[in-house]
Amino acid sequence: MSKPSEWLTDNQLLEMYYFARLAREIEERLVILFRQSKVVGGLYRSLGQEGESVASAYALKRTDAILPLIRNMGALTTMGVRPREIFRQYMAKGTSNSRGRDLNIHIVNLPGDGANEPVIVGPISMLGDSVPVAAGIAIGARMRGRDLVAMAWIGDGATSTGPFHEGLNFAAVQKAPLVVVVEDNKYAYSTPIAKQMAITRIDERAASYGIPHDLVDGNDMLAVYDAAKRMVDRARAGEGASLLGVDTMRLQGHAQHDDARYVPGAMLEEWTKKDPLPRFRQTLIEKGTVKNKQLDDIDRVAKELAAKEADLAVDDPPPDPVTLTRGVYAGDDFAVPRLEFMASPFRS
Amino acid sequence: MAVITYLEAIRQALFDEMARDERVFVIGEDIGAYGGAFKVTEGLLEKYGEQRVVDTPISEAAIVGSAIGASYMGLRPVCEVQFIDFIACCFDMLTNFAATSRYRNGAGVPLVVRGPCGGGVNGGPFHSLNAESFFLNTPGLKMVEPSTAYDAKGLLKAAIRDDDPVLYFEHKYLYRRIKDEVPEEDYVVPIGKAALRREGRDLSIITFGAMVYTALDAATELARDGVEAEVLDLRSLAPLDREAVLATVAKTSRALVLHEATRTGGIGGELAAIIADEGFEHLDAPVVRVASADTPVPYAPQLEAAFLPNVGKVVAAAKRVMEY
Repeated sequence: MSKPSEWLTDNQLLEMYYFARLAREIEERLVILFRQSKVVGGLYRSLGQEGESVASAYALKRTDAILPLIRNMGALTTMGVRPREIFRQYMAKGTSNSRGRDLNIHIVNLPGDGANEPVIVGPISMLGDSVPVAAGIAIGARMRGRDLVAMAWIGDGATSTGPFHEGLNFAAVQKAPLVVVVEDNKYAYSTPIAKQMAITRIDERAASYGIPHDLVDGNDMLAVYDAAKRMVDRARAGEGASLLGVDTMRLQGHAQHDDARYVPGAMLEEWTKKDPLPRFRQTLIEKGTVKNKQLDDIDRVAKELAAKEADLAVDDPPPDPVTLTRGVYAGDDFAVPRLEFMASPFRS
Repeated sequence: MAVITYLEAIRQALFDEMARDERVFVIGEDIGAYGGAFKVTEGLLEKYGEQRVVDTPISEAAIVGSAIGASYMGLRPVCEVQFIDFIACCFDMLTNFAATSRYRNGAGVPLVVRGPCGGGVNGGPFHSLNAESFFLNTPGLKMVEPSTAYDAKGLLKAAIRDDDPVLYFEHKYLYRRIKDEVPEEDYVVPIGKAALRREGRDLSIITFGAMVYTALDAATELARDGVEAEVLDLRSLAPLDREAVLATVAKTSRALVLHEATRTGGIGGELAAIIADEGFEHLDAPVVRVASADTPVPYAPQLEAAFLPNVGKVVAAAKRVMEY
């Protein structure tokens, strides 16, 4: 059986690299804004996980649904969310998708059927809750006759919550068009995986639910894409839910305040060598049809775009306190700005 | 107009709304072939099929969580929680996810969670709860509890058509005991509007659900002693009909707040505070609360009878207010 990734064109492979690089550059820019006290509250990075976030989302159609966690910036860049939206959110601007009411990538986009946009439901801080909600999106879309696959990402910590298990089991019973990506990123805040679960393969979380599951090297973007694409195709064909485990590592603390001193130095060093971005670069160069210059150009374009988009957001106004009580219930006409999308330079 | 039970009125509302709007579906445990623990959903599966009558695993978080997701896809889910006590198992989904969704990102969650509440049937600690005060402190949710068959139908229709999450508490003691005239044609009882069940000049009893009947019986007894009590049935617990509460207190100058949930932290405290804040100058006596004892709901008939409010307790409290 040929691998789905063998069908990817050079243009698509470069685009994947671009989305991953853009995710990293957005976060690098957020670090600067954080140090300038322009980011309100915490900054939760996905350093080291950009590859799996992009490669799994790349298996979706543009009109599918994503339920990313805080460490899936790459899923947002892949679905075309304009970086300015991320900066607005992190800086609690009145122009942001949540109008300053909620933080980091807690954004929502609910286009009607037929719109050329993804459904996006950002997480709430009880991260396991995304799984039953994703199951409902998948089942609801099917009830409405809408061609949609839902993909939800969950860290190893959230796989220990009740809603994760309830949602996965219900999705399995309902044969919902859902793919759940579970990220073994080695730590949930400071808790190592060995204190989180007594299994060594995180994808075995799915074993009792009777759905297909697989574990892949999460820092190998093509391996993630291949496994995700098969699961997405299966879901779209009406064959039900699957779970994809990705073996990766969070290369920084839980958030900027956390120096992650509980992580053994040798482990961090080992995983830093496996950084998915240089690794994917190497893969593309070894392929022979992609040149270093093309990749350097992408690095530069992504960095410039992140800086430009941050500049566009930084002077946006904060929310007006007179709006405090608006929009708790329906009927008071408190409009939400529509989430902006941006075409990638690799798509015409 | 047909005379039907409170339970039949709820079922009629479900049948009507599913016929009226193809986006409405029901989801819960044992609601399909079995027709629900109390048979409220009986017949829905035969008429609407498994697509719109979804039997689930015993997973309240999955029921409400998937209903949130489905509502994002334009559907109008009606979740059944088999006994309202089990709503604790989806508390996070309701309070953190559903209730905040519109405020956070403008993503409305038009779902209903309905289920049997209340005691008086020796259901014990886990089949007798009144859950409203757990949710009263959660902006973004609405809550209703009908006392008549007419309201049961009209409030459920209003809840299903509402664009926000609505908790619909149905009192299991009333399911088959209460019957009244219910129109077959379409109508709604608006959320947020109380109903005056008895007029009086001396004292206002502010209550809802099964306690409306306790209040009416107490009012009859008080009338023998020349005390005319007014009985206000709140019907909606969030939002509260503050105008109706303040209007009846302005009329009688005395307020007795009656509810079946336990006393401390109950909705009675909020009602007393509203009256104190906004109606103090009307009062001739302190506001008193009659509620269940501050214990878990006990099982033995003797204990449950001692736990619950009853006519005697309401009359005694009313006399204290009158004699103040």
